[in-house]
Amino acid sequence: MSERPQASVVFDGVSKAFGPKQVLRDVSFAVPAGKALCILGRSGTGKSVTLKLLMSLIKPDSGRILVEQDDVTQLGEKALSKVRRKMGFLFQDAALFDSLTLYENLALPLHRLTKKSQAEIDESVDRVLGRVGLAADKRKMPAALSGGMRKRAGLARALVLEPKILLADEPSSGLDRITASEIDELLLQQKREHGTTILVVTHDVHGARRVGDLFAVFDKGDLIAFGPAEEVEQSEHETARLLITEH
Amino acid sequence: MTGTLMFKLIQLIGKVSLFAFRAIVDGVRRPLEGGQILRQLDEVGSKSLPLVVASGFALGAVMTLHTRNTLVTFGARAVIPTVQAAAFFIEIGPLLAGLLLAGRVGSGIGAVLANMRATEQIDGIESLSIDSFKFLVAPRVAACVLALPLLTLFMDFAGLCGGFLSEFAASHISVQMYLTRAFAGLQWANFVAPTLKTAIFGFIIGTVSGYFGYTTNQGAQGVGRAATNSVVVSSLLIILADVLLVKCIFFIFPETAL
Repeated sequence: MSERPQASVVFDGVSKAFGPKQVLRDVSFAVPAGKALCILGRSGTGKSVTLKLLMSLIKPDSGRILVEQDDVTQLGEKALSKVRRKMGFLFQDAALFDSLTLYENLALPLHRLTKKSQAEIDESVDRVLGRVGLAADKRKMPAALSGGMRKRAGLARALVLEPKILLADEPSSGLDRITASEIDELLLQQKREHGTTILVVTHDVHGARRVGDLFAVFDKGDLIAFGPAEEVEQSEHETARLLITEH
Repeated sequence: MTGTLMFKLIQLIGKVSLFAFRAIVDGVRRPLEGGQILRQLDEVGSKSLPLVVASGFALGAVMTLHTRNTLVTFGARAVIPTVQAAAFFIEIGPLLAGLLLAGRVGSGIGAVLANMRATEQIDGIESLSIDSFKFLVAPRVAACVLALPLLTLFMDFAGLCGGFLSEFAASHISVQMYLTRAFAGLQWANFVAPTLKTAIFGFIIGTVSGYFGYTTNQGAQGVGRAATNSVVVSSLLIILADVLLVKCIFFIFPETAL
């Protein structure tokens, strides 16, 4: 597969199996810098695995995964840590550390990975929490937050290190339409104002079409369609056409 | 069948040993996790203190109740405090503290780490470029190593207090007399070596429960399993380690063999 010079993320012939189950089969695609890719597909087709492979939380069985030209499948712990700093991950259930307050959740990576002073850390945390509308809740424990607030808090934590690439695993799942729309707006804002490359796994076609520039559709471990919405709508695969269509 | 079981056991021993080695290396590698260790010391140490003191006190009282009649029958009333102190300082205190902590702390560490794995919190830490093992496991192991000897001291003295109260109720012995008789037959080596051996019990608890919690991958079901395995395996290993450590102590301090 030819690599586009400005590609922020490249999957090149990536396969992954868990035991006998083939989750991804020879998947290749590239996402240009500053663009948003929405990954669609039925449940259990390898969408979340794609994000975890990109973050190198799991390793592929074969293939290359490039993040700004660095092949994360070949990197040692130290180099991988540097590449991970370019990325932020919003997990499906936010994955906030439940023993830390919201402020501590966000301040933790700043304390450990930057040389910022306490005042600068406080300023960064307040600014990011302000962007997601949680500035007044920073002393709360994650258990005290509602589902929508947890998602926004997870997004804030993913953004606190100012990543170039943002990964979001079902950011609107379990949320009402209005809250989901607020999350979509935050993702759009991040792309517009900071030029962040975004990869979103979602089942919400409405939100996906609002946020996404490109769409990838997975089915049974295969990438069956990839491209702008208009191209995917014309796909030869019925599943792809159904998943990209708003009902 | 037996072969498979043996293979699995050897495999588990190998994995836990590697895990323990990594815990030591990450525990001393910079940056030291001082804040995390203090947080865990509170969790492991302070919060276990009431359980340890209450258990030690009760056991001390009961032990005197059981042994008193026999010793009095043989005219050995004067050695009741000595027996009590020797039993607690040399064996009961360290072993009981280890087993109690294996139950309270081992299950806690196993369940917390397994829950963090199941709810993607460990992945969350890794995604922030933070070494989750160094951040979560190494401080817990260090806290167990530091807390166990301290808790053992509390267990020993609580046991002695329970024994004294039990004896006082029967014979109105004075505190001074009780303490004089209690420490009459003991040397420092009887006290220091058994207390310090509990640091190894702490290492076993931290490593074994850390291993079962950190490496689980069975979602919510894995949380319960990790907690149970942590308690069972660490308790078993503590008892086995105790046998070896007692032999080592006798070898290094031959005068401690009563």
